[in-house]
Amino acid sequence: MWRQPHEFGRLARRIHSGPLDREGMTHGNLQVENLHLWRGDRHVLKGVSFSLAPGACLEVTGPNGSGKTSLLRTLCGLIYPEEGRVSWGGQDVRADLRAFHAALAYLGHEPPLKADLSARENLHFWIGVRRRLAPGELDEALARVGARTWCERLVRTLSAGQKRRVALAGLALLAVPLWLLDEPTTNLDAEGRALVGSLIAEQLARGGSVVAAVHHELPPEVRTPQRLELAA
Amino acid sequence: MPARVLAADSAAGQGGAADASLAADAGAALRTARLALLRDLQLAFRQRSQLVQPLAFFAMVTLLFPLAISPELSRLRPVAPGVLWIAALLASLLALEFLFRDDAHDGTLEQYALSGQSLTWLMFAKTAAHWLLTGLPLALMAPVAALSLGVPARALPGIVASVAVGSVTLSLIGSIGAALTLGIKRSGTLLSLLTLPLSLPVLIFGARATELAINGAPLAAPLELLAALAVLGITLAPLAAAAAVRISLE
Repeated sequence: MWRQPHEFGRLARRIHSGPLDREGMTHGNLQVENLHLWRGDRHVLKGVSFSLAPGACLEVTGPNGSGKTSLLRTLCGLIYPEEGRVSWGGQDVRADLRAFHAALAYLGHEPPLKADLSARENLHFWIGVRRRLAPGELDEALARVGARTWCERLVRTLSAGQKRRVALAGLALLAVPLWLLDEPTTNLDAEGRALVGSLIAEQLARGGSVVAAVHHELPPEVRTPQRLELAA
Repeated sequence: MPARVLAADSAAGQGGAADASLAADAGAALRTARLALLRDLQLAFRQRSQLVQPLAFFAMVTLLFPLAISPELSRLRPVAPGVLWIAALLASLLALEFLFRDDAHDGTLEQYALSGQSLTWLMFAKTAAHWLLTGLPLALMAPVAALSLGVPARALPGIVASVAVGSVTLSLIGSIGAALTLGIKRSGTLLSLLTLPLSLPVLIFGARATELAINGAPLAAPLELLAALAVLGITLAPLAAAAAVRISLE
């Protein structure tokens, strides 16, 4: 179950009150149809389509510059595609972008952390902006990613791998059904990669969905992901 | 009859539920805005140089005039309103570059845009923090600069009030300009070209209020106009800044 069903509950309420109330909508499967994206005169996404059921993981691969990051940013609605449609739970995400955003977590190349705040303060503000944190939740998440001893240090003094771990703690704390991850294992040691694997596996086990853009394969903890290969 | 009562009851029930959900949304927006404000304040106190720079600039510019024109207070007093306001305008412009730059760089803005919360409220919170960190200190420092220009002490409360109210609008106009120029490298010049023309009404009414304060005349009229501009800005600028941030993130 979701540790904090608050966000998901609000999403479900919004979708139920919408005009497209169909059965199974709150399961939130992600459907992408024929996405075409141009950046200047470059045709980046050439008709990408896929469907992702709850509890499924999509591994997006492709050489550098093949549009993995652009695909993730288009999925979460930051970029408008020239053609095509993204729907979540049977409803076009553009119809209520805020409700869709409340259901997703996006982690880009760089962990979204402030250099002049400590790891704990960063999570307090980043997650707190999205949902109310219960006492003790932060400590639990920080301990989970092995940050207990250094979570009071300023982020500017942390290594790239430690920053990535803090971002992973944030991801787990958000407790949302859809994760969009860009290179989640970058800068991590073997133990850190296993942590990413088990976090994703847990997310899938509770019915969440994950789209991950990767250079190397996802950790073995993630069993049988769907694959999507983007051409250069 | 009972059917009608039932219908009325259920209508009232639905209305109540809608109100409750609206209230919950507003509560969430306020909580979010409060956290964003606190984050910016906490960050500012960790990087104090950004706080001090506009203030030092303001002090320097106002000190240049006695050197350049004349140290005689009788000659400085007539130009004091203009000097104070141009210095305040430029100092607030200087601070604008910091408003979104770091947040855009480290991905915070992206997370704000994807938070599922109202980006308008988040922009409002950021602008409020910016005013607390630049506009308010400028207003509190204005008396020192004014005294060095030969302004009588009785004019000081009026000057503080006009700079405090006027800088609210300057921060709000600046938030739109800063959001629009987010994706551009070395955006300083473009930012000033965008925001300075929009700041002219603030300059005009602010300088007028200061002049009236120096002459000991009632300054309610220009102050009220400054307040009206601030209200207009509070209502519309966060909406525009949120839209501009979305465009810049694409």
